Amino acid sequence: MSVSTGSSASWTARVRGYLERRLPSSNLLPERQPYYVGSWVYVFGVVTIAALVWVIVSGVVLAFFGPQWWHVSSVGRFFNSLHFWSVQLFFVFMVLHLWGQYFAAGWRDGRAKTWMAGVVIFLVSIVAAFTGYVSQQNFDAQWIAVNAKDAMNSVGAGAFFNVLNFGQMYGMHVVLLPLAVLFLVGLHIVLVRMKGVVKPIARSREVQS
Amino acid sequence: MKNRVQPTQEEYYRGIPTIPYDLLKELTIALIVSLGLVVILAAVLSSPDVKSETVQSWATADPVDFVTTATGELSGTTISADYGPPYNQNSGSVQGFGFFSPQTWFGVHQPVDPPNDFVLNPLKIASSASPDLATALDTYGKTDDKTRQGWLDAYIKALADAKADSSGSFTIAQGDFGPLPVMMDSLRKQAQSGGLDGLLLSQGGFYQTDYTRPLLFMGDGTYLPGLADSQKLTGSQWGMLNETGMYPGQTWLWLYTFWYQVPLFTSHGFPTDLAVVMVMTVLSLGLMLIPFIPGLRDVPYWIPIHKLIWRTAPPRATGSPLRSAAMPRPGANP
Repeated sequence: MSVSTGSSASWTARVRGYLERRLPSSNLLPERQPYYVGSWVYVFGVVTIAALVWVIVSGVVLAFFGPQWWHVSSVGRFFNSLHFWSVQLFFVFMVLHLWGQYFAAGWRDGRAKTWMAGVVIFLVSIVAAFTGYVSQQNFDAQWIAVNAKDAMNSVGAGAFFNVLNFGQMYGMHVVLLPLAVLFLVGLHIVLVRMKGVVKPIARSREVQS
Repeated sequence: MKNRVQPTQEEYYRGIPTIPYDLLKELTIALIVSLGLVVILAAVLSSPDVKSETVQSWATADPVDFVTTATGELSGTTISADYGPPYNQNSGSVQGFGFFSPQTWFGVHQPVDPPNDFVLNPLKIASSASPDLATALDTYGKTDDKTRQGWLDAYIKALADAKADSSGSFTIAQGDFGPLPVMMDSLRKQAQSGGLDGLLLSQGGFYQTDYTRPLLFMGDGTYLPGLADSQKLTGSQWGMLNETGMYPGQTWLWLYTFWYQVPLFTSHGFPTDLAVVMVMTVLSLGLMLIPFIPGLRDVPYWIPIHKLIWRTAPPRATGSPLRSAAMPRPGANP
């Protein structure tokens, strides 16, 4: 019986080798960055993550106490307001980040996947926010649901994604879509840390993808 | 296929001066600042919370609209009654470009039968305690279609001039309405008592979280859209961007709701929703694929906003705390 000493056939070793090569801890949590990272444009990405943290924290509190709480209790209403405004800020920061990266052509030098992951985060976040709007259990939720059903139905999605079904929308809003957003944000951050921050356009004149 | 080897970060940064950068400190500051902003906004501005409407509040506030809508459900003239997939087999709200109609692909997946679900089934339940209502339902059910439609048409016509009174009922001109006045009077009272809200929800069992039926029913009337209009929430008012009480809505959907303001998209017979979703799907894919689209990916070069983004010139490493990200290889150019 032979004992395998080589690690080339081991999936675990391959993954470890890939991570050690592409994402060493010094890249994941660097102490130094290229001088151009001192620009204000990089703040938008960090504050987007910060706002997302408060979206999740306030959402967890709302989910724990349940839908009636945020209507009948002043504390509940305050947490509902925290959730509402953190979502608004999350989108404002995310859109600023998106435009900033667009005009920085942030996809250059092999960063197309990072850009694409960011756009998918934006799109999934829109769905997540939408399911939140129809889960508010107020007049806005009713009206948005009544209107939105036609768009969903027109493309056949209404057969499976029933915006008038509070249970379905609420479940997606508090579990599935947050998990999707968090996974994608994690992927986006890993891609950013693996590749590093793209050089200024003046230093990299060619569009590469 | 060409398999390009991507440079490592060290290789990519080689020769570029670096600066100290505390990622976690920056994140912590961002967390504190954003929390401060959120708390101030929440404390000062609160959040939209206009109370939801119910079938009870609808029937109480506007009994004529409620009864007109309920009669329309029996007549098959409301949006829901004539909707089509995914609710029923009709076609009034089915959208498509010729044979391309994804709305019909999955058939009736959320079955809703407005005449029975919204009107007749709740009345049958109430009829056990009302012999007059039981007789009226019996008469309605046994009458031929033509006579029944005549009653419905006449009643809907008369309701257009009905006047609500202070008792929660209304006065209506005399006419040949068959058993409809008895039926609708009973349904109105059932709704105003709150009983109909429960019945519309409970048709599938004890536990319910699906509000499809009551929302479709309320959406068929003019009361709910009227409230939305007064709050500037309708499509023609860019309502998607607003919430009640002047709060911001889903402002990130401005481009989506923009298409609903374009006359071509809202012209009669045009599949507005399908067209808007298709356009937005294409635009979303375009946004995602910008790195591969010549022209779109070149705009940052033509509009030099990057000069505002990167204003700092590379610092000189000599005599400063800055240092290169990677040690230069022996013999390599700095």
